[in-house]
Amino acid sequence: MRFALAGNQNCGKTTLFNALTGSNQHVGNFPGVTVEQKVGDIKGQKNCTVVDLPGIYSLRPYTQEEIVTRDYIINEKPDGIINIVDATNIERNLYLTLQLLELRVPMVLALNMMDEVRANGGTIDVKMMSDALGIPVIPVSAAKGEGISDLIDKAVETARNKTKPVVTDFCSDDSAVHRCIHAVVHLIMDHANRAGIPPRFCASKLIEGDKNIEDQLELNQNELELLEHCIVEMEDESKLDRNAALADMRYDFIEKVVAISVVKCHESREHKRSVKIDRILTGKYTALPVFFGIMFLVFFLTFNVIGSTLSDWLSLGIDKLTDLADKGLTAYGINPVVHSLIIDGVFAGVGSVLSFLPIIVTLFFFLSILEDTGYMARVAFVMDKLLRKIGLSGRSFVPMLIGFGCSVPAIMATRTLVSDRDRKMTILLTPYMSCSAKIPIYAVFCAAFFKKYQALVMIGLYITGIVLGIIIALILKNTAFRGKPVPFVMELPNYRLPSAKSVGLLLWDKAKDFIQRAFTVIFFATIIIWFLETFDAKLNVVKDSSDSLLALIGQAISPIFKPLGFADWRVTTSLISGFTAKEAVVSTMAVLMNTSTANLGTALSGSFSTLSALSFLVFTLLYTPCVAAVATIKRELDSRIQTVGVVIMQCMVAWLCGCAVYQIGALL
Amino acid sequence: MTLDKLKTGESAVIKAVGGEGALRLRFLDMGLIPKTKVKMLKRAPMGDPLDIVLRGYELTLRIEDAKNIEIEKTEENDHI
Repeated sequence: MRFALAGNQNCGKTTLFNALTGSNQHVGNFPGVTVEQKVGDIKGQKNCTVVDLPGIYSLRPYTQEEIVTRDYIINEKPDGIINIVDATNIERNLYLTLQLLELRVPMVLALNMMDEVRANGGTIDVKMMSDALGIPVIPVSAAKGEGISDLIDKAVETARNKTKPVVTDFCSDDSAVHRCIHAVVHLIMDHANRAGIPPRFCASKLIEGDKNIEDQLELNQNELELLEHCIVEMEDESKLDRNAALADMRYDFIEKVVAISVVKCHESREHKRSVKIDRILTGKYTALPVFFGIMFLVFFLTFNVIGSTLSDWLSLGIDKLTDLADKGLTAYGINPVVHSLIIDGVFAGVGSVLSFLPIIVTLFFFLSILEDTGYMARVAFVMDKLLRKIGLSGRSFVPMLIGFGCSVPAIMATRTLVSDRDRKMTILLTPYMSCSAKIPIYAVFCAAFFKKYQALVMIGLYITGIVLGIIIALILKNTAFRGKPVPFVMELPNYRLPSAKSVGLLLWDKAKDFIQRAFTVIFFATIIIWFLETFDAKLNVVKDSSDSLLALIGQAISPIFKPLGFADWRVTTSLISGFTAKEAVVSTMAVLMNTSTANLGTALSGSFSTLSALSFLVFTLLYTPCVAAVATIKRELDSRIQTVGVVIMQCMVAWLCGCAVYQIGALL
Repeated sequence: MTLDKLKTGESAVIKAVGGEGALRLRFLDMGLIPKTKVKMLKRAPMGDPLDIVLRGYELTLRIEDAKNIEIEKTEENDHI
């Protein structure tokens, strides 16, 4: 049996999903879209799976998340729906419930956070609510794991008996809305049955002007006119337009259900506590300092303390392993090319990427805590005004900020953005936030060419990246991402303690995701670079790295960089090797110039003038991110073509900017 | 008056919900419909967006969007 888990955002859906499934989860995407789909086996039940649907507030066809949810329920026909509802915020949560009920699928209601309601002196008459809604209602506490087995039993029973919801009518008898809905149901019954969509759901959605349903039902002109006639009559009579009339009907019904079954508590302790915390975290003078303090701490702990220590240990382990393999292979007397493939290709390549892993996991540890406590919503609230001008909302601020550390987790963090448009735009902009792996390149060049103004040039580079990001955003806003952004009308949930299990599972998920990529895309990319570095055009192993295929390619493309002032093949070759990891730019350059990294600065003055050094820095700032980041972009955009497009666009922007710096600089 | 004019701590009842397209539907879905009680909780540090309470939860929306919501101020300052 298959169940669909549906509910609002911030109602504990992920926690309940984890409680239902344990760690038996598979993450994928819903077909054709970049909306994440999690599937898991229900604990203690044979052949029972549950699909975690996106957190939504309504079933309108306006966001991808809403469309995915309704398409899943209508087309994939799950055996049952588990609708999770936040009992402390019952009215707004039941709004989605009423729309789900219209889909006529066996359904149970999981009343989450009942413990909080009780602790604050409120009560909910479960029996009464169950009768009023016509479906089983089970009180649970997903965080404490209470009521979960009851919920599973009831859900399985309801699905097995195919018990459809009893109540289907939410309109009060003899109201204008009532007459309209019933007339429309009558009108479209045949079409709906043919299309396999519940007539009552079709009727509500048609009245709300839902084009998708209109197309699916294939109504003829005559029927469309009759439909419009019914709606206009209802609008005249109720003095409300069609959308307000239906929303009003649903909330009216909900208020009646709540009136007979819920004793509301006074303002809850949790809300009082949230308001108190918010006085500091979103306070007029404290919000920004606290935010930057928190982010500084996260960065410091990740890049200087925990993440870097773990990274060092991991690379130490990898070095030991490499050493061991090296000795073993040498003792075995294996062919030197194969030896080089394994040691210089596989171990070096995958090893360097894997050493990112601790940083990513540590960063996600902090990010998931910030998200689960409800602080991320506050950051969006505080930062919204800044990002609105470039067509984004406050939600995109944190992923872009993380980009200054490493693009990979930054792009992975866009997963929490609700709107698909914002998510894609943020993914495209994040690489313009100069990542920490580029610092060694800046450092070498600044020390060699801008001795007096090192700090100024560094800061200038960061600002150039940000300004270009803003310009690109403005261009995107008026071209590819034209049209209205998803409205910024967002819930600020009460602060809550994050659950260790949710954080743990998320970390496991992200780590697995990254390791998978490390061993597929990144693995191949490093092998290809190794191949190009090791062989010459006649496929002989090279003795001098300047004879390698990579150097040949570097020579071939170096004229392209003439307008930028650095047509030296050694420079272009190191830029190519920078695709595996940005740190490789400096080390490759040192190897090709027959010097050590420490003395690279002096060697560079032969190939660069001060001006071409500047155009080179601008180019490295902006050109394609490393293979790990590109693989992540591909994963999140879920499109090969778009990813290639992004990389080409970035290289072109970088070339144009580098060219502008060199040419304009030459005139001055 | 419109929702954006409500001062911190003041309460009101919604009279009409204007605006168009996805924004208006979002308002309706979130429970901002005529006769609903709302209370202004605070403004963001940069003055925008707003944070209101309705139906027992906190909602944030932008000033520009809040201008579409007609309200009538009420005297009661109790819990919503």
